[in-house]
Amino acid sequence: MPKILKKEKLAENISRIIVDAPHIARVAKPGNFIVIIPTANAERIPLTIADADVEKGTISIIFQVVGGTTRLLDSLKVGDEIPHLLGPLGTPSHIEKFGTVVVIGGGVGIAEIYPVVKALKAVGNKVITIIGARCENLLIYKKELGEQSTKLRVTTDDGSCGRQGFVSDELKDIIAAEKVDLVIAVGPVPMMRVCCEVTRPHKIKTVVSLNPIMLDATGMCGVCRVTVGGQTKFACVEGPEFDGHEVDFADLVARLKPYKDMEKKALDHVCKLVEKLRG
Amino acid sequence: MAEKKLRQKMNERAASERKKDFKEVPLGYTPEQAIAEAKRCIQCKKPLCVKGCPVEINIPAFIKVIAEGSFDKAAKKIKETNALPAICGRVCPQEEQCERECILAVKGEPIAIGNLERFVADYERETSNPKLQTSKQPKTSKSKKIAVIGSGPAGLTCAGNLARLGHQVTIFESLHVTGGVLTYGIPEFRLPKAIVNLEVEYIKSLGVEVKTDMLIGNVFTIEELLKDYQGVFIGSGAGLPKFMKIPGENLDGVYSANEYLFRINMMKAWQFPESLTPIKIGKRVAVVGGGNVAMDAARVSLRLGAEEVFLIYRRTKDEMPARKEEVHHAEDEGVVFKSLALPLEYQEDGNGWVKLARCQQMKLGEPDASGRQRPVPIEREIFDIPVDTVVCAIGNSPNPLVPQRTPNLKTEKWGGVIITEDGATSIAGVYAGGDIVRGAATVISAMGDGKRAAKAIHKLLA
Ligand SMILES: Cc1cc2nc3c(=O)[nH]c(=O)nc-3n(C[C@H](O)[C@H](O)[C@H](O)COP(=O)(O)OP(=O)(O)OC[C@H]3O[C@@H](n4cnc5c(N)ncnc54)[C@H](O)[C@@H]3O)c2cc1C
Ligand SMILES: Cc1cc2nc3c(=O)[nH]c(=O)nc-3n(C[C@H](O)[C@H](O)[C@H](O)COP(=O)(O)OP(=O)(O)OC[C@H]3O[C@@H](n4cnc5c(N)ncnc54)[C@H](O)[C@@H]3O)c2cc1C
Ligand code: SF4
Ligand code: SF4
Ligand code: FES
Repeated sequence: MPKILKKEKLAENISRIIVDAPHIARVAKPGNFIVIIPTANAERIPLTIADADVEKGTISIIFQVVGGTTRLLDSLKVGDEIPHLLGPLGTPSHIEKFGTVVVIGGGVGIAEIYPVVKALKAVGNKVITIIGARCENLLIYKKELGEQSTKLRVTTDDGSCGRQGFVSDELKDIIAAEKVDLVIAVGPVPMMRVCCEVTRPHKIKTVVSLNPIMLDATGMCGVCRVTVGGQTKFACVEGPEFDGHEVDFADLVARLKPYKDMEKKALDHVCKLVEKLRG
Repeated sequence: MAEKKLRQKMNERAASERKKDFKEVPLGYTPEQAIAEAKRCIQCKKPLCVKGCPVEINIPAFIKVIAEGSFDKAAKKIKETNALPAICGRVCPQEEQCERECILAVKGEPIAIGNLERFVADYERETSNPKLQTSKQPKTSKSKKIAVIGSGPAGLTCAGNLARLGHQVTIFESLHVTGGVLTYGIPEFRLPKAIVNLEVEYIKSLGVEVKTDMLIGNVFTIEELLKDYQGVFIGSGAGLPKFMKIPGENLDGVYSANEYLFRINMMKAWQFPESLTPIKIGKRVAVVGGGNVAMDAARVSLRLGAEEVFLIYRRTKDEMPARKEEVHHAEDEGVVFKSLALPLEYQEDGNGWVKLARCQQMKLGEPDASGRQRPVPIEREIFDIPVDTVVCAIGNSPNPLVPQRTPNLKTEKWGGVIITEDGATSIAGVYAGGDIVRGAATVISAMGDGKRAAKAIHKLLA
């Protein structure tokens, strides 16, 4: 079973784990994700492969604790074994020399863009990275992304770090100042939606990474279906990246909400469980 | 000639009781019933029943020993040709296979071959030492390494047969649990998971290695597998859910049958929150389709608290592809059949949740190419069924992932992998069988394919 080799807290409620999974590390590409079942009875949840080290045979995963299953994942410690880890999944990001690429990460999406930034830079793109969070304490991977990007821009809602405002404000300024060939935006749905609205009048292709509810994540259940260009697509296999100008965001938002009330119950249940375990 | 006796009826739990839980519905024969039923068989010299069985079980032979009361011998006899009798006895569409061909069906009721098979398998399981008898074959210089993709009935059968011939077999399964549809699709009250698990344990005891959480195509390609394994069998099934592509299908509350059954059977959503995967089953559930999958979805809904369950099917009950027994069970339990109806669209409640299914009234018209009467719409006869859950069970297509990641693997337009008579694909050393080849078919045909491919692989590598 895949073992947790390292664990760090990156910010309040955001952790990174490094897991021993050579068969996944060997073939993981930027944009791929895994499905994890951290403990018996937990859900199957999708998480992006934030980095992979082929030589060491490890992958890193960065996750935010939002509900029951991520809470359980966070209760695991170094040395613990993960009962089920499946991957790599999804269609990898399309990497080639586009010219100037603006890559935007919001919230825990910042972790998800790291491998993409790295790969785009490696093939010779000018990569301008914008990261944004509510406040400085929630900004992760600033140093790492700074090292990989041609330029790094930071925004926070409260102005505690970088520009006060949203990633989309920064995106507007960049587009006004120079020719941008591609935009990639990964983060909360409203953020991705706004970024698409910013680029639409300029006809700059904008790739977003969608995060619908998933179950098997191998194309067998259809819960991850999203509407793109009027067509139904299974995000776990055909995505999660799609052309943002074609995505029906309203449909995505609606399909993310059916279990909201139950998710709270699940989290309460898990919190009690974890407390009991601590004794 | 034996005097004419009526077919032994299997006892069942009452509909009112069983629709509250997930325990099995039919209770199985008693030994007396089994013997009485076996005695009805006239032991044909040229048994037609055998022709109707895709794996050609020697039916008269096993029935003969049941009549003599030697149930263990009967089990052995069946296992010569069928490794999973406890499963087939429960889920085979016998009325279209062995029992349809039985000579007694001409004038009366056929022998209850499936019930007898189930009885024998259960008897053996319940009376034998629970510790599995391993019959591992010693590895020899002739042993070869073979990779099997998928742990459904096709993959399990192929792996078991190859292991018994002394080969080193590894099964790669993408899900976290083995069994394929037997585990994630068919509910507990029709096929207890303990039985499936036992069969998997038996296959493992033969020396087969099972690796779960391994999506072939992504983790390894077939080309890569062929470097480490001398033969590959693809048994990846038909798990791609079809949708009708009608308005409202993406509303909340509209599930594919795969999602619905996966949440329940595989993720135990009915134990929420002890099990963390949620499901929402409304008060009024519409299931669309007429096959086994639709019956399962409908009966599961009743058990999980739906007050009314409607089965929407575009032809009539007589044309339903589901096993007759399951149609009866569904009806007894109170599923309301809305035959000759075709959903046109689903409408929402203003909050993104489905609130009604608008349907077109149909009638049966001229027969189509298959000889079945084609359903045609009755103009302007449209009606609404208020519902809060819809389960779309109109069928599954072959899983496209392996073919997509294997450029030289030839497939039909509809996605099925193309094979020769003995199961060989267009790539040397690669065989396939089960639903990935046939589209959604049956457990026993998948097993037949797995067995045939095992034979061919053994021959090829000898
Ligand atoms: C392809 C993909 C890659 C992802 N990568 C990452 C990652 O690298 N790091 C990370 O922290 N998260 C990632 N997510 C989101 C992650 O899967 C969810 O946070 C997780 O499923 C929540 O599970 P839970 O049981 O803890 O919470 P739940 O109880 O399921 O949900 C709690 C809250 O999170 C929201 N939520 C549920 N599912 C999702 C989802 N799929 N996306 C966004 N919000 C959701 C719910 O609406 C709810 O408000 C990814 C999602 C997808 C589809
Ligand atoms: C709800 C339901 C009820 C049914 N009822 C009946 C019945 O009563 N009687 C009957 O005879 N038939 C029934 N069937 C049909 C029957 O179950 C199937 O025909 C049979 O299971 C097919 O077997 P298989 O081995 O080909 O595929 P499956 O059982 O589908 O198994 C395929 C396996 O391969 C795995 N897999 C897929 N892709 C990959 C990959 N890339 N890498 C690794 N693993 C992979 C899947 O996860 C799965 O476990 C039913 C089907 C369903 C869905
Ligand atoms: S395996 Fe199925 S078809 Fe064959 S004899 Fe048994 S019940 Fe009949
Ligand atoms: S055809 Fe019917 S009666 Fe004849 S051997 Fe088979 S089961 Fe018995
Ligand atoms: S998550 Fe099941 S098909 Fe995508």
